[in-house]
Amino acid sequence: MTSGPKLVSILRQGTYLIASIHTALDDTQMVRFREDLIEQIGRHRSRGVIIDVAALDVLDSFGARTLRTIGEMARLRGAVTVVVGIQPDVAFAIVSLGMSTGTIATALDLEEGLEYLDSRLPRRAGSTSDGRVPR
Amino acid sequence: MTTDETATVTAEVTADFPAIDHPDADQLLPQLVAHLREHRSRLRQEWASRIQEAGLLHAMTPQEMAAETTSVYDNYVEVLETGSVEALQRYARDLSERIIPRGVETHEVVGIVLLLRDVLARSLFEKYQRDFGLLNRMLDAYEPAANRIANTVAVSFVDERERVIRQQQDSIRELSTPVLPVRERLLILPIIGVLDSERARQLTEQLLGGIRTHRAKVVVIDITGVPDVDEAVANHLVQTVDASRLMGASVIITGLSPEIAQTLVTIGVDLSKMDTIGDLQGGLEEAERLLGYAVRENGMGGP
Repeated sequence: MTSGPKLVSILRQGTYLIASIHTALDDTQMVRFREDLIEQIGRHRSRGVIIDVAALDVLDSFGARTLRTIGEMARLRGAVTVVVGIQPDVAFAIVSLGMSTGTIATALDLEEGLEYLDSRLPRRAGSTSDGRVPR
Repeated sequence: MTTDETATVTAEVTADFPAIDHPDADQLLPQLVAHLREHRSRLRQEWASRIQEAGLLHAMTPQEMAAETTSVYDNYVEVLETGSVEALQRYARDLSERIIPRGVETHEVVGIVLLLRDVLARSLFEKYQRDFGLLNRMLDAYEPAANRIANTVAVSFVDERERVIRQQQDSIRELSTPVLPVRERLLILPIIGVLDSERARQLTEQLLGGIRTHRAKVVVIDITGVPDVDEAVANHLVQTVDASRLMGASVIITGLSPEIAQTLVTIGVDLSKMDTIGDLQGGLEEAERLLGYAVRENGMGGP
């Protein structure tokens, strides 16, 4: 399981964590991803988490539930979570199979996700201005 | 050795069928074809008059009918001769293409082919009425071929009709769910006409795809033109709204008719998450508000 390309990457960007899932994860890998992510929130004192699932063209019910629990756990540890890049087919599958993602926020892509976190959080500590004008 | 074997086989066959003075089944069809060629104009005319008697093919002028019956007759005989229906299939499809727009019905097409079959069978009766055994075997050879021809023509005709219908359905479908970008990050989907489950599915596909390509943040679905929806479609609509939210877009539904509102309430879907506004104008104003545009009354009193 440790060999081969990385399945997920968790990058720190200021006070945000950006976690990208590169390929479909099985249940064990998903649980491990959750644990890594939640652990890193504490380590980096992150205020916001972006989970990028743009590479996934399938998401099973366990995956959807795990995303929801990540959102809730992250909230308890003081971070706002947003899931970005859900593919159209995946989005429709999630709702038509009744796999609720609960109260977790979603956005179109990484850029939108960052914008959402910027608007939700009072001030991005050590913010690196990238020239984008907030609406 | 080969000659030996052939000899034995022939011997066996002759043993099984002692009446060898009759022509072999292989020779029956060529004989039949020759007969039909010989009496071509008489049989064709008889057929044409039978068609007129039956009152079929009103849509065609006598000249056209003469031309078409001649080609159908020739194709028919050719199929009997070669046993291959491909040419006939092509011809039937081509003919259908020409006559369907003029309102020729399926029963007429099948009717005229069956009439031809009948006319030819009668001419066989007439010719072989003295030799009953031969007539029998002639019909044995003729009937399956004739049935196959009738089948081919009917199937080609129906196929052509279905192709036309499919083509029209496709073009209606393409027209039916436009996704229109009106402002940066704002899409409008006006839906007009009955929303069945197939169209609802397509709507979802177009909407979710549209959100992605236009990077939409707000989508206004206007269903003023939809008379009614059933439960399945209403549920589908709600799911579409949820799916859009997962893709980061808010959906505003405008123009719900009283009937649709009642359906939605009756089936008990969770409406708290649905953002609905009375008309398209209000929907657009709300969408612009969500996008951060300021909507201002023109206070000068003029329009």
